[in-house]
Amino acid sequence: MQLALFWIFSILMLLFALGVVFFRSPVNSAMCLVMSFVALAALFVTLDAYFIGVVQVLVYAGAVMVLFLFIIMLLDLRSEENRRVKISAWVGGGLVVGGFVAALSHVLQSIPKLQAIKPDLSNPAVNDVAAVGVTLFRFFNLPLQIIGVLLLVATIGVVLLSKKELK
Amino acid sequence: MSTLTAPWIILFTPLVAAALILLFGRYSKPLSAGLAIGSAATGAFLSWWLFFQPLGTEVAPWYWMDFGPEFQIGIGLTVDRLSKVMLLVVTTIATIVFTYSLGYMKTEEGYWRYFAGLALFLFSMLGIVLADNFVMMFIFWELVGVSSYILIGHYYTKASAADASKQAFVVNRVGDFGFLLGILFLWSATGTILFSQIIANAPYLSEQPILLAVACVLVFCGTVGKSAQLPLHVWLPNSMEGPTPVSSLLHAATMVAAGVYMLARIFPLLAESLLALGVISWVGGLTCFAAALMATQQNDIKRILAYSTISQLGYMVMGIGVAPTSDVAMFHLFTHACFKCLLFLCAGSVIIGMHHEQDIWKMGALKNKMPMTFLTMLVGALALAGCVFFSGYYSKDIIIEWAVVRHPFLGWLSVATAGLTAFYAFRLIFVVFLGKPRSEHAKHAGESPLVMTLPLLLLAIPSFIAGWPVVQNVFFTIEHPEDYPHILHPILYAMFILGTGGAYLLYRNAEKDPISIPLFANRLYIDAAYGWFIKNVQDAGASALAWSDRWVVDLLIVQVPSKVTWAFGFVLRFLQIGNIQAYAFFFGAGVVGLLYLLLSR
Amino acid sequence: MPTLANYLLVSGLLFSIGLSAVLLRRNILIIFMGLELMLSASNLSLVAFSRFHLDLEGMPNYNAQVLVFFIITVAAAEVAVGLAIIVALYRAKQTTHVEDLNSLKF
Repeated sequence: MQLALFWIFSILMLLFALGVVFFRSPVNSAMCLVMSFVALAALFVTLDAYFIGVVQVLVYAGAVMVLFLFIIMLLDLRSEENRRVKISAWVGGGLVVGGFVAALSHVLQSIPKLQAIKPDLSNPAVNDVAAVGVTLFRFFNLPLQIIGVLLLVATIGVVLLSKKELK
Repeated sequence: MSTLTAPWIILFTPLVAAALILLFGRYSKPLSAGLAIGSAATGAFLSWWLFFQPLGTEVAPWYWMDFGPEFQIGIGLTVDRLSKVMLLVVTTIATIVFTYSLGYMKTEEGYWRYFAGLALFLFSMLGIVLADNFVMMFIFWELVGVSSYILIGHYYTKASAADASKQAFVVNRVGDFGFLLGILFLWSATGTILFSQIIANAPYLSEQPILLAVACVLVFCGTVGKSAQLPLHVWLPNSMEGPTPVSSLLHAATMVAAGVYMLARIFPLLAESLLALGVISWVGGLTCFAAALMATQQNDIKRILAYSTISQLGYMVMGIGVAPTSDVAMFHLFTHACFKCLLFLCAGSVIIGMHHEQDIWKMGALKNKMPMTFLTMLVGALALAGCVFFSGYYSKDIIIEWAVVRHPFLGWLSVATAGLTAFYAFRLIFVVFLGKPRSEHAKHAGESPLVMTLPLLLLAIPSFIAGWPVVQNVFFTIEHPEDYPHILHPILYAMFILGTGGAYLLYRNAEKDPISIPLFANRLYIDAAYGWFIKNVQDAGASALAWSDRWVVDLLIVQVPSKVTWAFGFVLRFLQIGNIQAYAFFFGAGVVGLLYLLLSR
Repeated sequence: MPTLANYLLVSGLLFSIGLSAVLLRRNILIIFMGLELMLSASNLSLVAFSRFHLDLEGMPNYNAQVLVFFIITVAAAEVAVGLAIIVALYRAKQTTHVEDLNSLKF
């Protein structure tokens, strides 16, 4: 059962990701990306990382992709025209990607420790929001505060960058 | 005043004097002369005092370069019998010549420059005498060469003087190249530069005879240059372009004798190598004969004396080669310093009296006009020619005795040379002082002032007595060989009489030279040979090097890498295409490549 | 039961799909989406490692999940700023075609 769920969600995620790459219209690509993120959140849940899964849907699929769609609508993009497709670029890109995948699978097969199955948790009903919270606030408090400042800076930067010249 | 500080004072007083003259001499002529003569006199006084002290030891050196106990180069002073005698010679003759210069240079220009150069020379020469290691001796060797360059080129506005000073330095440098190689040989073979330790190592070195012989011959090259042996003798006659006191001090008595002194210093080492001694004897013997031949046909009063100096130096060098100790050669050095210096100073007196005329065929009948000069020059000539009871006879005699025993050919050659010496010495006397005046200057010549004739008298005394056995034994220990042919002494007397008589007959009343041998007059064409060599061989080499510099170095080594680098840069510029995706592609390809590299280990 | 290798393979494939979006598409927004895909792939592998390497008490290693949290936050900030830049670029050049952005060409 677990294996089947894993593969269903994985295949869904990958298919939608491929959709991102291959659709002509940016809006279509964005919607595929949203679906891909939802499937990814499901994968997180299979890994007992509930908090992260929820955060993924909230932040990524909810906020980031909405922002993307706003920008697409703002820029009023049309579908990409068919400029002359450079075969050499596609071949080169394909080679790089293929090389990476080949290297990855080689590594994954050659390390026996990676073939282990999921070990059981000592406490299956773990409250992982609390656990992540405790870790975050006890051991990573300073990075947390800095992240806050980072978000502030990003906000200011965005405001500045999108200002039109005042006449 | 102790025996430890006296050598340092002797050494450094002339240097201080030279520095002071350099700074203040141009404002006061008497000051420069006074400083120079004062430093020489102090040196002379202390040298005589030091001579009569008990045998000195080596003074503790001051380390100039100190890299740890294995490698130290120091300024150290050796005060033993050999250096004490040489100190006497150098400082006493220096004092006498400096005093003479007061009169000679009175009307010349560059007065303070001259005395500064003389003081510097005295410092350098004392450094050679007192040196206790090879490196220090080499440094002062070169310093003496520099002083000689400065002094020969005193009249630097004259092209011949400038050329002569350059020639002196360059030819000396050729000899010094071999000298330096020899020093390095000995240093690497024994690990030390101190004379005392090298000599202590001599028995071990003699186990490798070829190495020792090569090292000794290379060191001898320094003597060949400095003491004007064949074939590097060409600079000495031309060095007569300097003022006459310089010629007498440097190029007769002291500087040229430094080569012989150096050989005497390392004599125990040389004695281990028969091959080296043989080379030294042959070079000395051939030099003395060839120079005597050349002297018979010279017409400039100073050049005759210059070739005579070369010939006598050949005797000294041969003396090093044939005798069992160095005292034999040093004895001749001692007497030669006295009478040759005397001869040069007399020549200077004649030149001043003749208003700077130096050709002997324009002089004549100066006997009555310059009596003091005539007398002292006669004493000097008798000493040079080897007349009995004069100093030169005793010192030359002992060398010839040993030469006849050890190298018979060279011995009889030097006997013939003795005859030639008498011949040219009296040719000089008869042409200059006897006969009839041959020019206006000669008719109106006058005696030189006392400041110049007093030194002549002072030098005439040792020229006469320095050879006598009583005097000899104060300074040297001379051994005679046991089995020399007893016919030698009569033959030597006969040579003296033949030479003097021949000169008398030919030159008593001659108006011009009755014999003319171009070979000798042109100095055996050696100068011409050097000129040809330099023009054809060295200049050809130089132009080959210039070609190689232009085409090989400039083109291949400089241009090619620069153009290659430029080409690389040109090619790499095309990677800046401005296409972001292309950059991303290269980036990704690089990462994947790196991944493969890491995974394949 | 899925193994760690399975999760990592999926993560790797997602990453390479994101990489191909960056390399092959010429619309700058799509390229940006590919970047998001790549970040998410690394998030997946981090969470997988967190779950599979249990600490001494048998609980997952939450440090990795904290890191994922931070990555998501930073990615959000980065998207905001990046889109602002794209908007500014569009206003200057009136195009989102990446090949038209070649002013730094030699």
